[in-house]
Amino acid sequence: MPFFPAHKLPLAVLGLVLVALPFLFGGKYQLSILILIGISAIVCVGINLLVGVAGQISLGHAAFFGIGSYASAVFTGDYGWNGILAMFAGILITSVLAATVGWPILRLKGHYLAMATLGVGLVIQLLLIQEAGITGGPDGRAVKALTIFGLRVKGEWAWYCIVAGALFVVVWGAQNLMSSPWGRALRALHASEPASAAAGIDVHQMKVAIFAASAGLASFAGSLYAHALAFVTPDQASFLHSVEFVVMIVVGGLGSVYGSLVGAAILIVLPQVLSSLSDYENLAFGVLLILVVYLLRKGIVPTLRLIAVGGGR
Amino acid sequence: MVDFLQFLVAGLSQGAIYALVGLGFSVIYRATHIVNFAQGEFVMIGGLGTAGALSFALPMPLAILSALVAGCVAALVLDLIVIRLARFAPALLLIIVTIGASVALRGAAQLAWGRNFHSIPSPFGSEPLHVYGVAIMPQVILILVTTVGAVVGLQWFFRRTRFGQAMLAAAINPTAASLVGIELRHVYTATFLIAGLLGMIAGLLITPLAMVHFESGLAFSLKGFAAAILGGLGSVPGVVAGGLLLGVVESLSAGYVSSAYKDAIAFLLIIVVLLTRPEGVFGRRSTGRV
Repeated sequence: MPFFPAHKLPLAVLGLVLVALPFLFGGKYQLSILILIGISAIVCVGINLLVGVAGQISLGHAAFFGIGSYASAVFTGDYGWNGILAMFAGILITSVLAATVGWPILRLKGHYLAMATLGVGLVIQLLLIQEAGITGGPDGRAVKALTIFGLRVKGEWAWYCIVAGALFVVVWGAQNLMSSPWGRALRALHASEPASAAAGIDVHQMKVAIFAASAGLASFAGSLYAHALAFVTPDQASFLHSVEFVVMIVVGGLGSVYGSLVGAAILIVLPQVLSSLSDYENLAFGVLLILVVYLLRKGIVPTLRLIAVGGGR
Repeated sequence: MVDFLQFLVAGLSQGAIYALVGLGFSVIYRATHIVNFAQGEFVMIGGLGTAGALSFALPMPLAILSALVAGCVAALVLDLIVIRLARFAPALLLIIVTIGASVALRGAAQLAWGRNFHSIPSPFGSEPLHVYGVAIMPQVILILVTTVGAVVGLQWFFRRTRFGQAMLAAAINPTAASLVGIELRHVYTATFLIAGLLGMIAGLLITPLAMVHFESGLAFSLKGFAAAILGGLGSVPGVVAGGLLLGVVESLSAGYVSSAYKDAIAFLLIIVVLLTRPEGVFGRRSTGRV
């Protein structure tokens, strides 16, 4: 038994990086960017399990993110619930909803599944916009501060610690899932559904389960987002935000847990950098997106891994 | 009854626009198996390009021509980018690339034509005609007639012309088509040009009724994709029916149920249709290959 198993190394490196980052980028603005990256990364880890590992498509996950953020806003603001309770209520509602919706639509494949998830996302966003009595309508609403054991979470440092901690746990969980029988089943159904079914995997149940789980993670991240920014708008549930999550995992690397993190970091930092181009921002962003897909077809992390393996020989 | 007819007319004209955009999706999908999410940007280019040229006091035909040229250049660039990738990239990556292209086109439009809403005048003015108490804008008639013309033209092109037949052959079996001497590169380029033209025609038709700005394309992409999916992606009559159905359902639910939730009702309908007929209303059932 080695003192430190090799497969734990990436997780240890992630831990070190998460601890080191706020000391390297300690400014208020930089920390707020790091918080945003962490929140998106949590969503991306879930979507990557669904899209990258299990081979399904979702163009509607931002809606689940939106439900989470509104659940936190409404339950803490209008009903006076504890923030943690509201967060878990959001996760529960989102997962049950995703499982209910996912049960029929996950029988669809490819572009048809893309259409169905897109439709579900649009309907949910429309509800958030239109039910202004609860959600505050298109302008959004303010969110109360999160209190944990009577302490109010305040300031970028506190939020960074919470988000980084949550991200670490999520990555650790995802890694464990990947090397568990369920993880292997998910990869198997990506490779061939009939073969997996023949091997005794309940293909449809697996798909629904990972869809609901990734929706729950998105909801959790949405709750963190709502409290951290103290404000929510229906834009968080938009189609474009859903696409952004998918772009993150494609850029970072489909099926790679750490790729999700790298993709989230790039897609959050890039617009901040490009915003200095003002009018050229959209054009530059679109062109860069095309270039990244062109040059790094497999995504950044898997490409780097290939290079590292090739160089080692 | 008059209300119903009024909603129906509005729905059909809107649906005709969705059908044109959906046909763009369908044409590209059939030839390349790519879903081009930049399709709606051609609607925006058609409308904004013409409005932009009109603001330089160009006469209408020249303004339309300049918009068409701009859109065709965009279609050629898109063809160049996407097709080179299509040989080795999986579907999801191609979707991302077309979304990247649509963001870039939006950015280029913003630079060229600014951030304002624009409109173009209808050639028949804005005085509605009254038929049995139903108010019909002359532009609506133009939309319906042009759409019918475009669909008939498209069918004629694919069925009766040599090049159209070659494109169909390439869509059915690219390898066999290239063996009999069909140049696939040219087929793909023509596909993107046709899809672009269909989108720009939709843009020219709708802009007198609804203002456009540089971000208008996305909504058309979503609705056009929905129309194409409803129709089963591959078939021309199917996609036209899908577009019209989408437009009418939207208009009726806006009229009778809730205008705020018309999009929700339309998309719920699509999901229900997909679940009961996963290949679209008019798609052919196929058995999967293991």
